[in-house]
Amino acid sequence: MIINHPLLGPRDASEFVHLGDATLLSRPDWQAVDAIAQFHEYLYQRDNPAGEYRELWYHEQGDRSWLIVTRNTITHEISAVELARDVARQEQLS
Amino acid sequence: MRYSALSIIKNGLTGNKGWKPVWREPDPKPKYDIVIVGGGGHGLATAHYLAKKYGVTNVAVLEKGWLGSGNIGRNTTIVRSNYLLDGNQPFYEHSMKLWEGLETDLNYNVMMSQRGILNLAHSDAQRDAFARRGNAMLMSGADAELLDADAVRNMVPFLNFDNARFPIQGGLLQRRAGTARHDAVAWGYARSADSHGVDIIQNCEVTGFTIKDGKCSGVETSRGTISANKVAVCVAGSSSVVMARAGMRLPIESHVLQAFVTEGLKPTIPGVVTFGAGHLYISQSDKGGLVFGGDIDGYNSYAQRGNMPVIEHVAEDMMALMPFLGRARLLRMWGGVMDMSMDGSPIIDKTPIDGLYFNGGWCYGGFKATPASGDAYAHLLATDRPHETATQYRLDRFAQGAMIDEKGAGSQPNLH
Repeated sequence: MIINHPLLGPRDASEFVHLGDATLLSRPDWQAVDAIAQFHEYLYQRDNPAGEYRELWYHEQGDRSWLIVTRNTITHEISAVELARDVARQEQLS
Repeated sequence: MRYSALSIIKNGLTGNKGWKPVWREPDPKPKYDIVIVGGGGHGLATAHYLAKKYGVTNVAVLEKGWLGSGNIGRNTTIVRSNYLLDGNQPFYEHSMKLWEGLETDLNYNVMMSQRGILNLAHSDAQRDAFARRGNAMLMSGADAELLDADAVRNMVPFLNFDNARFPIQGGLLQRRAGTARHDAVAWGYARSADSHGVDIIQNCEVTGFTIKDGKCSGVETSRGTISANKVAVCVAGSSSVVMARAGMRLPIESHVLQAFVTEGLKPTIPGVVTFGAGHLYISQSDKGGLVFGGDIDGYNSYAQRGNMPVIEHVAEDMMALMPFLGRARLLRMWGGVMDMSMDGSPIIDKTPIDGLYFNGGWCYGGFKATPASGDAYAHLLATDRPHETATQYRLDRFAQGAMIDEKGAGSQPNLH
């Protein structure tokens, strides 16, 4: 797999470490009444879709940026790559 | 049907036209006591034990493709019971004992070969961990021997003992472990279940569940609606996809694990050898091919094929451990989809939906568990109580904080 890094261009996936579902970026509110249930969902439960999947990759052997890669888990085809910090910032603003 | 030397000679002389299918191809009935979703090794084993041990024969096994098309036909055939934690080891030892009697139980040759498994140790810490694991194995009634470097050298003299990074210090040996012919396991269980009256229905995909007021009363399939008192899902690899049709999310990610086989060679490797420090395990099939693999690729996948970096890594490990294999040629490589659970251990449990049961999360260790998984699942389905060796395989253990994490890797499936 080739990951088209937004800053560095196409890089081999072996330079990256895969963390998991991109929803891990949005941590639950620890002060919520049902925080325990929310953290259980956050930490352990996964959608694990067969098809399009947004996931976090870390460019460990490169510029050490976190990326959000949109990839099809049936074909391994990558359709979008974003910097995780850009996505997180946009989510904070909205 | 019984096989004999005479029947093989007779059929050989008559063009092998006399063999008959060993299970029926029935149409689904409108209702069963138990519907098992998934005709892989575990589903077929469940059907066999339900019928033979627990006397429940009004059972259907629904398979989306053909029997043995999933991981039961894709694994590297290793059978062992060398776990550490008390949630796992007694279960796998129960499985080992069932393996030892499987051919008699099924009256079918599954080519069970107890040629031993040797886990290599490369550091003091790894040797100490193996000593502890070996003791846990002995306490469960399994066999285990801690070998020093000389004993390992005596057994497998062809290894690279003086590798600068991973010198071999010793190993943990389980002599009762070994290999079994994976397809034959599926076929043997299928034939047995069928002969006890279980309907095995192939090319029948479950597209939905009939759920009303929190109770599951059947399945929607590509061949019509089938009612059941109990629905038992057993589709490791696709668990999340199937259970999503019942509205459930699981503590599971699907990952791809690759496997490889070389062209046939003369007898070279006596048992199974694992190089855990480097991610390689290898054995030799009865046909002579070296069957080997490494770690999962590390990203979510349903593709049943992997990518080059892991292939390269496994080849490098092989060269590091067994340099003499450098000129062996690869014959085939393939991938299977693993149910990677959040603690690396499986789940055999009821679900919050009444009448719906779940078996999955086998990570890359499902094959060796096939008999015990079938037995434990059949026990749960027949009695509504967990089998004594599977009490910790609960679906809610993540919420309860009762994880069974052999590696201590935490909720990071690609590290288990």
